[in-house]
Amino acid sequence: MNIVGKSRNLAARIARTSSFRLTILAVLSAMVVGAFIIILSDVDKLKSGDIVGAIQTVGSAYWALVIGSVGSLRAISATINSATPLILCGVSVAIAFKAGLFNIGATGQMLAGGMTSLWVGFSMNGPGIIQVPLAILAGAIGGAVFGAIPGILKARTGAHEVITTIMLNNMAAFMVLWLLKTNLFQRAERTDPISKVVTASGHLPRLFGFISDRPDLIAHAGFVVAILAVIIYWWFLQRTTAGFEFRSLGLNADASQYAGMHIKRLTVMAMMFAGAFAGLAGAAEVLGTYGYASQNFAGNIGFDAIAIALLGRSTPLGTLFAALLFGALQAGGRQMQANTDVPIDLIVVLRALIVMFIAAPLLIKAIWRIKVAPSSTGQTFRGWGS
Amino acid sequence: MSAVDTVVVPLISAEQKKRSRNVGLTFVFLGIVSGVFLAGRPGDAGFKLLDSFTFVIPSQPFARALAVVLIALGAAQLVKGFGDWTNVVLGIATASFVIGFLAWAASGGSFSFTGMLQDTVTRSVPIILGAIAGILCERSGVINIAIEGQLLGAAFAGAVVGSILGPWMGILAAMAMGVALSAILAVFAIKYRVDQVIVGFAINFFALGLTSFLASRVLTTHPEYNILTPFKPIALPLLSDIPVLGVALFTQTLFVYFAFIAVGIATWSLYHTKWGLRTRAIGEYPKAAGTLGVDVIKLRYRNVLIAGAVAGVGGAWWPIGIVGRFDQNITNGRGFIALAAVIFGRWKPLGALSAALVFGLAEAMQLKMSNLNTGIPSEFLLMAPYLVTLIVVAGFVGRSRGPKAAGQPYDAQ
Repeated sequence: MNIVGKSRNLAARIARTSSFRLTILAVLSAMVVGAFIIILSDVDKLKSGDIVGAIQTVGSAYWALVIGSVGSLRAISATINSATPLILCGVSVAIAFKAGLFNIGATGQMLAGGMTSLWVGFSMNGPGIIQVPLAILAGAIGGAVFGAIPGILKARTGAHEVITTIMLNNMAAFMVLWLLKTNLFQRAERTDPISKVVTASGHLPRLFGFISDRPDLIAHAGFVVAILAVIIYWWFLQRTTAGFEFRSLGLNADASQYAGMHIKRLTVMAMMFAGAFAGLAGAAEVLGTYGYASQNFAGNIGFDAIAIALLGRSTPLGTLFAALLFGALQAGGRQMQANTDVPIDLIVVLRALIVMFIAAPLLIKAIWRIKVAPSSTGQTFRGWGS
Repeated sequence: MSAVDTVVVPLISAEQKKRSRNVGLTFVFLGIVSGVFLAGRPGDAGFKLLDSFTFVIPSQPFARALAVVLIALGAAQLVKGFGDWTNVVLGIATASFVIGFLAWAASGGSFSFTGMLQDTVTRSVPIILGAIAGILCERSGVINIAIEGQLLGAAFAGAVVGSILGPWMGILAAMAMGVALSAILAVFAIKYRVDQVIVGFAINFFALGLTSFLASRVLTTHPEYNILTPFKPIALPLLSDIPVLGVALFTQTLFVYFAFIAVGIATWSLYHTKWGLRTRAIGEYPKAAGTLGVDVIKLRYRNVLIAGAVAGVGGAWWPIGIVGRFDQNITNGRGFIALAAVIFGRWKPLGALSAALVFGLAEAMQLKMSNLNTGIPSEFLLMAPYLVTLIVVAGFVGRSRGPKAAGQPYDAQ
């Protein structure tokens, strides 16, 4: 690369990279398609010929999306809150991708980690400075143990992680449902599957706790954990031998084996790390957002994380930004649903379209008539194993 | 084992030996479970086979006998092995164990065994058709992670069009939706050469988001677009008079018959037609097939689109085959189960059919088991099929090998 032309200004440099432009154009394209979907689904207005009214709905919906995600401190806090588990699960999927593994099991690992950290959360009673880190650690361990299962199965028997993680997700869901009905976890005097409440000292502190009288600022210290996780992920990939081996395994398993790397050990390790990050997401949700566990506290986060890792091309920074974008959409979507009659499900469509457009640079090129360097998204799937 | 199925390797590899040992150990394990655990409940279990006839199995003696037989089979397998008959013996042993389990669960009561078999077949329809769609794509070298999205989109289209224009048009619309979503997969994966797993996942999200969005924006305010009369079961003449099996297999909706026919056609054409040979070739080694004059791109397009139509029928099963309406995320992960069935069934239609029936049985057992008081939490019963799949995939299928070129875009140069 031409050193003279390289700007010292980081922002300008990022803005000139094709992947950044591609992302912006992909988001724009998705919004345009989304606008058409909003207009065309406005059956009553279209029937009465009120096309202007239908178009106005698009404006107010998208405005609510912006206001609800970054328009106020409260909105930013909501965005951060939504992004926290997405970042952690995104890193979980990303680290597995780097090692050539497809972790569909973030949901199950999140459930496992959430339950173990919940157990520490309600059975200890302070001091917070010990209890909170312990509970978070418990979440990471729970997720890691659960994540190790598909890793061990893959290493020992070759069972493909796509199947085993799907199966383990389903099993984890039933396991949680059962646990929530046991005396150990179930809240006293309740018959429905809902857990005991995390003790006051076990809650993750609120991020904006220093501002008084603002209980609506829901973001919590799980975000700090998530940022640390991204840094650790970066450090691990770039600065450790194992990280190098992960990347090597992901690029070419045969060459890595020939170079003397322990493929089986790396496989188990990668899934364990992936599980640990997803487990942290579970801990953050249980200790920070809810303060207890209900049947499906993991929601769809594990699946959203796949889109996030793909969007961020599994790089630490890319995953972080993708998760923040998805978190913003989530927070803004709630505002949109409240302000207009456009349901929040629109953001799932937008996310899918963004991923689709990102994945096909040629398509963006054709639509916007621009030159984009053919930045490949990389092959994530390396066959069903042999 | 080679996925092309034309190469027969007579030598017994270390892999096969290990598998053979695992099968033997499983027999012994199942034998011990039935001897110790299933023999623990006295009483008779009634398997209602016909309206007028209930087959009574005394739970305890049956479990003990089962234990002896299974352990003997295990010993025979470990010492000598059943060779080509291993899978048959395994199937029979597993089926007996399931009956033993049901006898244990139902001891002191009775339940409709025939009804359960019928439910099994009914519930496996979307999994069978989804798996066939997956096989068609993957055998041609295109990974189809989007089965879930295709089923869901098709279910929505089937419900809405079916409500307005009647069930047959609903099925057509569902097929069209399946083909449309397949077309997205095909264009992105084959033409734009995008990573197929990424496109597949994006299609899943797209279908989930769009159908949920439209369901809550349009269908809640216009319930008349979301109500139809599902197909009634049709009893096939003569065949439906066979006791038990007649009800289970031949008193079903058209969807079930279509699913069985689809499995038959897929099996026959994959292995006995020019199309099948070419399809398998472009999934294994597209360059060679291309050199010999097969139009790889065109054939991939065609197969992916056909797969969409098949998955479309599978999606239409929800509104038109059973529920009579569409609900948000009505497929609830069945597409991923179908994907598991593809791999579990080793990319073969018949294998996928068996896998789908196992999952169907699990769902049917959920429905029946809630009526029986077994003393073990229902969650563990619900978990069982996934655990079994995990064990089977890990122990028996072992290093299952998919089509070699699956996931790789084809470059004619």
